[in-house]
Amino acid sequence: MSILVNSNTRLLVQGITGREGSFHTRQMLDYGTKVIAGVTPGKGGQQIEGVPVYDTVKEAVGDMAANTSIIYVPARFATEAIYEATDAGIKLIVCITEGIPTLDMVKACYYVNQKGSKLIGPNCAGVISPGKAKVGIMPGSIHKEGNLGVVSRSGTLTYEVVYNLTKNDFGQSTCVSIGGDPVIGSSFIDILELFEEDSQTKAIVLIGEIGGTDEEEAAKFIHLKMRKPVIALVAGKTAPPGKRMGHAGAIISGGTGTAEEKIKTFQKFSIPVAESPLQVVDLVSAVLDERD
Amino acid sequence: MKIYEFQAYEIFTRRGIPSPWGEVAKTSEEVKKIAEKLGRPVVVKAQVLVGGRGKAGGIKLASTPEEAYRAAERILNSKLKGILVKRVFVKESVSIKEEYYLGVTVDRAQKRVVVMVSPAGGIDIEEVARTNPGKIFKFYVNPLLGFKSHEANELASALTKDKNLVKGIAKILSGLYRIFEEMDSSLVEVNPLVITEEGSLFALDAKIIFDDNALYRHPEISSLRDLEVEDPLEVRAKEAGVSYVRLEGNIGCIVNGAGLAMATMDLVKHYGAEPANFLDVGGGASSQQVGKALDIVLSDKQVRAVLVNIFGGITRCDIVAEGLIQALSKREMNLPLIIRLTGTNEEEGRKKLKGIKGIFLAATMNEAAKKAMEVVKS
Repeated sequence: MSILVNSNTRLLVQGITGREGSFHTRQMLDYGTKVIAGVTPGKGGQQIEGVPVYDTVKEAVGDMAANTSIIYVPARFATEAIYEATDAGIKLIVCITEGIPTLDMVKACYYVNQKGSKLIGPNCAGVISPGKAKVGIMPGSIHKEGNLGVVSRSGTLTYEVVYNLTKNDFGQSTCVSIGGDPVIGSSFIDILELFEEDSQTKAIVLIGEIGGTDEEEAAKFIHLKMRKPVIALVAGKTAPPGKRMGHAGAIISGGTGTAEEKIKTFQKFSIPVAESPLQVVDLVSAVLDERD
Repeated sequence: MKIYEFQAYEIFTRRGIPSPWGEVAKTSEEVKKIAEKLGRPVVVKAQVLVGGRGKAGGIKLASTPEEAYRAAERILNSKLKGILVKRVFVKESVSIKEEYYLGVTVDRAQKRVVVMVSPAGGIDIEEVARTNPGKIFKFYVNPLLGFKSHEANELASALTKDKNLVKGIAKILSGLYRIFEEMDSSLVEVNPLVITEEGSLFALDAKIIFDDNALYRHPEISSLRDLEVEDPLEVRAKEAGVSYVRLEGNIGCIVNGAGLAMATMDLVKHYGAEPANFLDVGGGASSQQVGKALDIVLSDKQVRAVLVNIFGGITRCDIVAEGLIQALSKREMNLPLIIRLTGTNEEEGRKKLKGIKGIFLAATMNEAAKKAMEVVKS
């Protein structure tokens, strides 16, 4: 198994004719992902990297039976693309775009949820199930198939952790980058729930950062609902309050969202917290040994 | 993006939120004139973009124009929480019978806009949330329908039984919500909203924070920005498309990706040193971007060593190394440079950088952070 994406994924790329869209279409095809269609309004009829381009998502779904969409559309048009994919019946939408206004996302998340679709992102690196499908911008080569689930609010920090895991022979079932914005389609809990039910996943690495209380909610959920072990890493112990640390959602405001508070909550529920990305490997190794 | 109270007050007044009359001033003379014109007691309030002004001595009551002058003398050009006060807001003073809190913000966990009221006004709302959460009443707005007037009425009823006041507060709540939505805010807050002895409602403070991601559709808001109080290096970085936050330490950090940048800073601290900054060079880590990042980090005179931590993913490490060499060849670099490259083609990348004077190569983040600490402490 694995979660969200696999060899049955039939991927549609929204914004395929753009620089990012076409570059990553090539990368995803090279990884073996079934990229079966692209959409850019007004550019239907072309081919990008051998993939047929359509004017609308509806046409692409009708012709090519796409079941998943990835969005590389500029911020001011991105929620429009999310709505279009939702209305065309796409069940999994991955939005890479950074810089979408928060209130637009409040509406989009609500709508996607009402329609029974799932949204990953925005401002994320996407989803990869190693050996099966890559739906995102992460480097495929650093991954390896295995039984660790990875869920993270960040991009390169996840690559760093995954790279170390792979080097030490710990493969991954699926790695999900949920995004660095304040309002995102899927939270830690939504992904943890899927990992808990996935037969391939034996343990999970959760990579959090300052801002919001998603990590605290996740800690409670892990404690109450999960049997699989989870290892946590929280970035931003040195971040000052009131300053946005790159990601729109990475900000300590009104005393909430500090790394200390998040780490304390994980520890309260006996969830191991790594001091550094490198230490994740040791902690993973320890929990897997315990289970064997 | 934050704006000053006097700017938020103007927006409030335009939207019909009742506020005591006030004017902004830059000199004590102006303050005196404003107080004379009003002919009533005034409050002189420091205009800075931080909270807790009252406790820090930035808000003073004055019953005569002379007192107002003296208050302004003490506040203007003084430092409040480390920030130079360039302006004060002079407002008519009103009698206070009750103080409430009203606020609109985004609840990240609920993924909804939340309208909040509390009878515990006048104090820090986060403090109330911690010590007395039952005293905050919340309404989560349906994202597609917006905030309806009967919902505003219901929420206002949590504060008082007086029907006239409920009506007045509900109207203010609706106004605040409209500002919040139309101006793409992340916070609109009145703390306190007061009921005077005469039974009138007044917003005694006005606070608005805007969503940076939405500024592109509100040019009128961007013009409210006060570039003078922003860190000049942070302003420069923003123009260069580099995400940068200045900190107190002396190890300059250049990293690709926000999460990895924070993890790098944390590790520097873990080894007993202090990071000088947060810096995310952004996608690609090209020689141009790295060059811009180096210029910004080196402009901070506190920096004693520079730690570069790059994860080469789709951009291969050998290409990143070439970019670094190019960026370095164009500038004078007298500080030790600790470089850690990981990811695709890392061996080839490291080979290219080996033997260059002033460069220390580290294999892991931990080694790099430790090395950085050693060079600044030696």
